[in-house]
Amino acid sequence: MSSESHDAQPSDGVAQPTGDEVARPPRNDIEPAEPIENPGLPEHLPRPTDVDPKLEKRAERQVAGMFTAAIILTIGFCVAYFTIPKDAVIFGWFSLNLALGLTLGGALFLIGIGAIQWAKKLMKDHEIIEMRHPARSSDDDREAALGVLDEGVAESGFGRRPLIRRSLIGAVAILGLPAIVMLRDLGPLPGNKLFHTVWRKGMRVVNDVSGIPLRPSDIEVGQLVNAQPAVFFETDSHGHAVFHGTELLQAKAKASVIAVRIRPDDIKPRKGQANWDVDGIMVYSKICTHVGCPISLWEQQTHHLLCPCHQTTYDLADGGKVIFGPGKRPLPQLPLAVDSDGYLIATSDFHEPVGPSFPEVNQHRD
Amino acid sequence: MTDTASTTATPLKDTGFGKKSAGPVEWLDDRLGLAGAVRKNIRKVFPDHWSFLLGEIALWSFVVLLLTGTFLTFWYQPSMAEVPYTGSYEPLRGLEMSQAYASTLNISFDIRGGLLVRQIHHWSAALFMAAIIAHMLRVFFTGGYRKPREVNWLIGIGLFALGLIEGFAGYSLPDDLLSGTGLRFVDGLIRSIPIVGSYLEFFVFGGEFPGELIIARLYMAHIFLLPGILLGLIAAHMLLLVYHKHTQWPGPGRTEKNVVGFPMLPVYAAKAGGFFFVVFGFTALMAAVLQINPIWTYGPYNPSEVTAGSQPDWYMGWVEGAVRIMPNWEFTIGPETFSLNVFIPAVLLMGLLFTVLAIWPFFETWATGDKEEHHLLQRPRNAPTRTAFGVAGMTFYGICWIAGGNDIIALKFNLDIFTITWICRIGVFVGPVIAFIVTRRICISLQRKDKDTLLHGYETGVIVRSPEGSYAEAHAPLPVDAAYALSARPRVPELTAPETEDADGVRNPQGRKARLQAWAKRFFFSHDIDKPTQAEVDEAEHHFHGDVYPPDNFPDDFTGVSETGVPKHH
Amino acid sequence: MRFLSTHRRHPLAGYAVLLFGLLLAGALYYAFAPGKAEADTAGDTAKIDEGRQLFLVGCASCHGMNAEGIMTKRGGNYGPSLIGVGAAAVDFQVGTGRMPLAQTAPQAPNKPPVYDEDETEALAAYIASLAPGPAIPDEEYTDVSEISQEDLTRGGEFFRTNCTACHNSVGAGGALPSGRYAPPLRNVSARHIYEAMQTGPQQMPVFSDDVVTPEDKRAIIAYIKNVQAQPQGGFGGGGLGPVVDGMFAWIIGIGGLVAVSVWLAAHGARVKKKRS
Repeated sequence: MSSESHDAQPSDGVAQPTGDEVARPPRNDIEPAEPIENPGLPEHLPRPTDVDPKLEKRAERQVAGMFTAAIILTIGFCVAYFTIPKDAVIFGWFSLNLALGLTLGGALFLIGIGAIQWAKKLMKDHEIIEMRHPARSSDDDREAALGVLDEGVAESGFGRRPLIRRSLIGAVAILGLPAIVMLRDLGPLPGNKLFHTVWRKGMRVVNDVSGIPLRPSDIEVGQLVNAQPAVFFETDSHGHAVFHGTELLQAKAKASVIAVRIRPDDIKPRKGQANWDVDGIMVYSKICTHVGCPISLWEQQTHHLLCPCHQTTYDLADGGKVIFGPGKRPLPQLPLAVDSDGYLIATSDFHEPVGPSFPEVNQHRD
Repeated sequence: MTDTASTTATPLKDTGFGKKSAGPVEWLDDRLGLAGAVRKNIRKVFPDHWSFLLGEIALWSFVVLLLTGTFLTFWYQPSMAEVPYTGSYEPLRGLEMSQAYASTLNISFDIRGGLLVRQIHHWSAALFMAAIIAHMLRVFFTGGYRKPREVNWLIGIGLFALGLIEGFAGYSLPDDLLSGTGLRFVDGLIRSIPIVGSYLEFFVFGGEFPGELIIARLYMAHIFLLPGILLGLIAAHMLLLVYHKHTQWPGPGRTEKNVVGFPMLPVYAAKAGGFFFVVFGFTALMAAVLQINPIWTYGPYNPSEVTAGSQPDWYMGWVEGAVRIMPNWEFTIGPETFSLNVFIPAVLLMGLLFTVLAIWPFFETWATGDKEEHHLLQRPRNAPTRTAFGVAGMTFYGICWIAGGNDIIALKFNLDIFTITWICRIGVFVGPVIAFIVTRRICISLQRKDKDTLLHGYETGVIVRSPEGSYAEAHAPLPVDAAYALSARPRVPELTAPETEDADGVRNPQGRKARLQAWAKRFFFSHDIDKPTQAEVDEAEHHFHGDVYPPDNFPDDFTGVSETGVPKHH
Repeated sequence: MRFLSTHRRHPLAGYAVLLFGLLLAGALYYAFAPGKAEADTAGDTAKIDEGRQLFLVGCASCHGMNAEGIMTKRGGNYGPSLIGVGAAAVDFQVGTGRMPLAQTAPQAPNKPPVYDEDETEALAAYIASLAPGPAIPDEEYTDVSEISQEDLTRGGEFFRTNCTACHNSVGAGGALPSGRYAPPLRNVSARHIYEAMQTGPQQMPVFSDDVVTPEDKRAIIAYIKNVQAQPQGGFGGGGLGPVVDGMFAWIIGIGGLVAVSVWLAAHGARVKKKRS
């Protein structure tokens, strides 16, 4: 780096006014001054508000005007808050939200613009030079710092006493264990929970929300029914729902199903699942095997089921296998039958885990 | 106001200001001893450029988030206990929903100003992340992360990563159908972690999804843990900025050893302080006229419901897109299944992005061999390879982003969603390569143009006919300020052959590394067009003298010629 | 008569003949065109006949002379069989302008209807006469002007369980594979929504009255109308969610603030010094 040759090197952090004493530019210190030498700070040109008192007053009025407008808008905010009813609507928007937002936002914005305009038009705008200092400490400081560190460490005996040192390191390091161990009760172990749902042999398939049980004749070819196990609509002897609250959500996250009816000629069942349908009515899990979104974009003519989240597409006429998208495992099917009253029932739980894949998903567990 | 008088007029203690402030100043200083720090810092110089304000947008957005977030905590309840809704939004009345959702509905409809603050908070979060990325790109493309600012860059990447998680936690708190679907996605994401996925899932959710703990845990992270860490990192980021002083663009009067600009008090205090109000006010105005996250239309979270067009907030869109375009790679080895279709785009890719971003300054130092301190910024064109890498990265990110909205694009532009997916699958690899090549070429031609302008002057647009009958466009030399600014860049370093053997033919044990480094340096610099040498400039000036037109010397305030070729002056 | 023959070579004679021809054609058409079926006249048979006439002109080319459908060799069709689709399907398809199909496309879009209400009624009556099928719903189930609170909430639950996956939370529509889509539900009449659920047009599945009862359907329609009429906290971006919000955050938010930044850092007007 070339050295500066101008006079009056100010100390760090103290700004230097421009003036003739620094008009001589420092040499270009990016590279040895070439090919063009640094011409130095350009001469400061005054602004119109600096030379014309009328314009100066005008700028002052502008800034003060903005601040005053902000005051008025802020008062407007308070008025709006207490006078506009919560359900008032203007052009389809909540009036209160619009009024409060415009007044508050306007006030804040005007304060900001006013302050910036003040700085731009009226505050002294001479560019000032401040010298940088190297990021590193001086050699002296470094040596001294290392020296005192060394002194302190030496006095502690850390270096000289390996027994203390090693046992200390061991004691502190092993403190990591309680931190980890204490997290054990964050949650229970998964056990077999991911392999089972609430579906049981003989449980009716019912329409979601209404709980209506389904007869085969209720469902036409091309129909889609968003369904649930009947147990979600049952109440116990006290009249309370058997499943409610968090447990209901947890069970629903695995047990939700869809029922579709396809022409039997078009169906190509998966191996071992040939008799799981009832006259072309099939029940599949509604939970995508990719990351678990519920799927019910059913295209009745193509038999494709599209998940809206990441577009995994299943062919329900072909064993629920994936024909596009990032999902891999085919959609689990629920084996179906008809009970003595003529309603659709499951003949067992799903034969494979429902929902997103997890590391143990292909293990066979009861 | 004309130039203020110097401080030699009236002693401060005799002015009105001096008299009034003497008491309080004494009281404070007796106890806190701040005068030294004030003396040193209150007139600190900051350079002025609009692109230096992008980080400020992020900073002030963070303050707005803290203020509006505190307001929201007065009413929000982070509980997943199910309650029937009894508030004023009709279509959901009587429905069982979590208290978190019910309290958010309450804020939106029954607390005056609640909807406004919710919307300011959410717009602010979106702006926070957008400003972080814009600021990061500005720092990247201008080389502002070079020594001594690498640590600040790392802090910034940390802020970026934590901001992503903070935003995710925040928009999941209302427990509505859209963000609940996002949580379900996270559930599947955790499951895809090899070997331990299902255990981690049960630990994070406190049992089976959704459990009753996740909202409260996210709340803790969102209002306590992450803001605390963010505040600490922001403080460190600002401290380093003050210590190192801000970088500046090269130009007349600016060198590696100084900072030219305006003092903190009063100009920067007014501009930056004013900018805070601008950011806050602008965000509030957006919240007044632009609806965001209308959770009441989504309904409470229900694992058997979903809405078409389910996307996370925009800053997670690239992860969403990567997940959508990933092929369905999932395989089983023995008892374990590896769901790479989820693990790679959702977990590994995020790790990859932040790792690449974090190590970039060190990689560039290694590849270019540049170990100098830099306080002057580089125009992107003067670092063509770096700029090209940056644009390639942006292309990758951008294509993932587009893939995240593929169903909205398909719907609104009547396209096939599967085709869009395939285009993105291929584009995400091909796009960055093409972007790299094209960007580097553009930068190099811009460098060539700059060199040309320095040597031959700028084109005046005046066509001159010589006596022999030929036509030529007259050039005029740049004013010295502009010429200096163009030439104020480091020279392209020399590319030397790697030292694989010393003078006696002994092989260098670091030979392979040295060869690799030399190759990298060549990759970075071999195509760059250097600024002209002194000899070239002298020769060019000489040629100018020989021209019939324009005249030999131009005064410094030469601003071109009029239509008839008469130099303009005032 | 002499006037006409002596002026037969007048420059405007041609135009006069043309005008006369047009008027004549118009008058003849008006006289012989199928008249509007009056509501209370002639009863069902007349309607069915009228419907058949309209069908033969406008629909038979794709759907066959007897609505049996026209199949292609590869098992597709130019127009499917309409036997058994019921009056509801016709009322929906024709009433929303989807039929007649103007051009091939991945999906029949809705467009301004070609047939007016009476003609649609006639077509529906004709198709209904071919075989039993879903009937046009009673007003009782499509009048949602007075809906109870419970029904409104229930309708929302049904809507979010069965419909939003394709049509989106506020009925803004959604994408399906291969260029198909679930259309937006804005400005669709209650009757047409009901009929769509009942008959499952194109790729939309059927939601039969046995599973989603007429009362449930009414609740769903009431919810749709209600949620679309709810006030918003500003411009809603079409109900398309975070994608649009992100676009606004960058374009309006960052764009606007960068504009302010450029202004903030701009050097502003300078008083240029006079040259000495």
